[in-house]
Amino acid sequence: MGIEEKLPSGFLLSTVEGLAGYMRKNSLWPATFGLACCAIEMMAVGTGRYDIARFGMEAFRASPRQADLMIVAGRVSQKMAPVVRQVWDQMPNPKWCIAMGVCASSGGMFNNYAIVQGVDHIVPVDIYLPGCPPRPEMLLDAILKLHAQIGATKLGAHAVKENLELEAAALQAQPTSEMKGLLR
Amino acid sequence: MTDQATGAATDAYATDTTEGRVFNVSGGDWDEMVAGLGDAPEERIVVNMGPQHPSTHGVLRLILELEGETVTDVRAGIGYLHTGIEKNCEYRNFTQGVTFVTRMDYLSPIFNETVYCLAVEKLLGITDQIPERANVIRVMMMELNRISSHLVAIGTGGMELGAITGMMFGFRERELVLDIFEEIAGLRMNMAYVRPGGVIQDVPDSAIEKIKQLIEVWPTRHKDYVQLLNGQPIWKGRTVGVGYLDLTGCMALGVTGPILRSTGLPHDLRKSQPYCGYETYDFDVITEDTCDAYGRYLIRLNEMGESIKIIAQCVERLSKPGPVMIADKKIAWPAQLALGGDGMGNSLAHIKKIMGESMESLIHHFKLVTEGFRVPAGQVYQAVESPRGELACHLVSDGGTRPWRMHFRDPGFVNLQSTAAMSNGSLVADVIAAVASIDPVMGGVDR
Amino acid sequence: MTVEQPASTQPENPPAAPGPVIGVRKGMFGSRGSGDTSGYSGLVRPITLPGATPAPYGGWFDDAAEALRGSLLASGSSWEDAIEAVVVDRGELTFHVRRDQIVRVCQSLRDDPALRFELLSGVSGVHYPEQTGRELHAVYHLLSITHNRRLRVEVSVPDEDPHLPSVFSVYPTCDWHERETYDFFGIIFDGHPALTRIFMPDDWPGHPQRKDYPLGGIPVEYKGATIPPPDERRAYS
Repeated sequence: MGIEEKLPSGFLLSTVEGLAGYMRKNSLWPATFGLACCAIEMMAVGTGRYDIARFGMEAFRASPRQADLMIVAGRVSQKMAPVVRQVWDQMPNPKWCIAMGVCASSGGMFNNYAIVQGVDHIVPVDIYLPGCPPRPEMLLDAILKLHAQIGATKLGAHAVKENLELEAAALQAQPTSEMKGLLR
Repeated sequence: MTDQATGAATDAYATDTTEGRVFNVSGGDWDEMVAGLGDAPEERIVVNMGPQHPSTHGVLRLILELEGETVTDVRAGIGYLHTGIEKNCEYRNFTQGVTFVTRMDYLSPIFNETVYCLAVEKLLGITDQIPERANVIRVMMMELNRISSHLVAIGTGGMELGAITGMMFGFRERELVLDIFEEIAGLRMNMAYVRPGGVIQDVPDSAIEKIKQLIEVWPTRHKDYVQLLNGQPIWKGRTVGVGYLDLTGCMALGVTGPILRSTGLPHDLRKSQPYCGYETYDFDVITEDTCDAYGRYLIRLNEMGESIKIIAQCVERLSKPGPVMIADKKIAWPAQLALGGDGMGNSLAHIKKIMGESMESLIHHFKLVTEGFRVPAGQVYQAVESPRGELACHLVSDGGTRPWRMHFRDPGFVNLQSTAAMSNGSLVADVIAAVASIDPVMGGVDR
Repeated sequence: MTVEQPASTQPENPPAAPGPVIGVRKGMFGSRGSGDTSGYSGLVRPITLPGATPAPYGGWFDDAAEALRGSLLASGSSWEDAIEAVVVDRGELTFHVRRDQIVRVCQSLRDDPALRFELLSGVSGVHYPEQTGRELHAVYHLLSITHNRRLRVEVSVPDEDPHLPSVFSVYPTCDWHERETYDFFGIIFDGHPALTRIFMPDDWPGHPQRKDYPLGGIPVEYKGATIPPPDERRAYS
């Protein structure tokens, strides 16, 4: 990215990280990407009762060029998949993605020829939000968790170090397919 | 994008087709494209209002051919939300099908469920055996759903035309209705509440209280909309005369619902071919005769008032207790649901009965849940009046526990064909208003 | 919308002809694969749809049939040429029409004053793979607002030659419906202004709602356990 990536690791970088994270999370602008039923709950989040405006996010940008967050709300069909990818590509960095609802997370109840089984086949997802559809409060919870994640994002040398640590942990961890026994 | 040389002979952006030269532009390459245009710029512009758009009411792709700001042709590209629900239901029981069908037209889930259940009941031949209380609850839920759907129609229609306050108002009232749904069915949307044989749960008293509050509060909220939009000159300027489709057009294009009623024809399936006991309720069919988007807006607004009337009559009839599921144990869903410590599930009384008291109940429960009931072979077509028009289910059964073929005639699908008839010759902004007045729900259009 | 059929019009008529066989159900529960432990797995029963009803049909059905008969004669065709069978089942009237006459029948149904079925509700397809020579059915649902009646018209075409004349000239609303039926079943409507795919991407191979097209799901894995896709699970049908 910019100069902040090149700062040496240390107190200065941590301060810059904290500041950048704070700024980014408090004015995250979502892109309008409502597809199906979850879109209605997303609209409900945008209106008075659940009020996403208190987080500075009521301005759903129609143009992906101006948006930071793509909330994929609804089932992604085979015809729509290239469009999802194109909109994601048109968003400038930094960008995040919430897969809202089970259809976006994993294909949901529609395990068939027409639906992409999880939008993470197409775009990298930061938060998976289950529900069919998730209540507006659940979406707000997911957004707040994303805010926490954004606020804690590391930059530059710290990010490189964190990625190495995560990779090492992932290589050590037991794969889900080998966890036998209780399915909980 | 790419830095291919744009020679006059081989233009990277232009392809010669039967329609003439077609230039494909994807972004960041305007200068290169224009350089290749040459001296004679093309007259006809084709603009894609693409599936992702804040104003196209869902994932609808509008392909507009423009001359300046005037639309010479508009084509609607659909299929971006195609989920294969109809084929999916061929691999599910008739009862499991309810959960799929409810997600088609996601703004009016109760209508989808009801039309499907009425079709299943018609195939079973048990339409007369559905308990009266179940029918009353079905009517009440349908009218509540009509209110919530029309609120979204008016709200999002307002938002697309720029009346953001209209959207805030619409969703505010909608929250009242969704609270009632949550009280009765456990979910705000996609409830899977109406099942073949009746409804899955009786209406609790707390829900009746909420409904009575809604009925009380409605006239003041209705006045809000009237004051906000009805006489507002910008709203009228954008909707009066826009999206004109007269009776001949409607009949030719198979359009039903508020669009047909805006031509003056009082065609409402609740009156002409009643179901669920609609003939016993007292309500009017709202019509206008302006054939435009403003008339349709007025119809939707006033239909909500009629729905409140019907709901008030339902609440009166619900004071008499009764069963909500058919008495025939071979078809009825075995359990009434109840709220327990870990959420909504089978009521504890039912569990006690099947595990402790009656082997037959256990067997029935097991068979009905795993295998489902068998429906005699044949086909039916059942139609209801959904907020968008005639919603119908064509159900073919082969005598087994799963449908052989299920096809839904969704009103949005048919009504959306009239986009071209409504918008050709108008301005781009009028296309938005016309589509908003059609009020398609892409889940139903694409299924 | 049910129509009572008074007993006085029915009793002397011979029973309806046996309906078309669309498949065979094996075993006690019709289970496929594992699961039938009843011991009655040798049972073989044909699956039949309701068959043709002999006239009189009851209620307004007879008037409609008469009006259609007259209208077809007036337009140069005849009842026997056009109508293969009439099925009255569960209060609904279905005309099975021969494919070359479908446009004429629709024209008569729309224009004849006694019929006046102005609104075509929808066209959809049904696939019966076991009915050789008549695998693909196109089903037209008609509504008469004037007389407040509903009617179904069904046409069958074979898999090898899935062509059907389009009724676009009579009912323009069938535009998208016929595109949908083409997209999902492969029935080609001759005379349709723009018969292209409407739901699936334009270059999609195959016709998804045919019975020989798989549902296309994937097995779902969770912590070592796998659930097969819906069309491969144990079924009782």
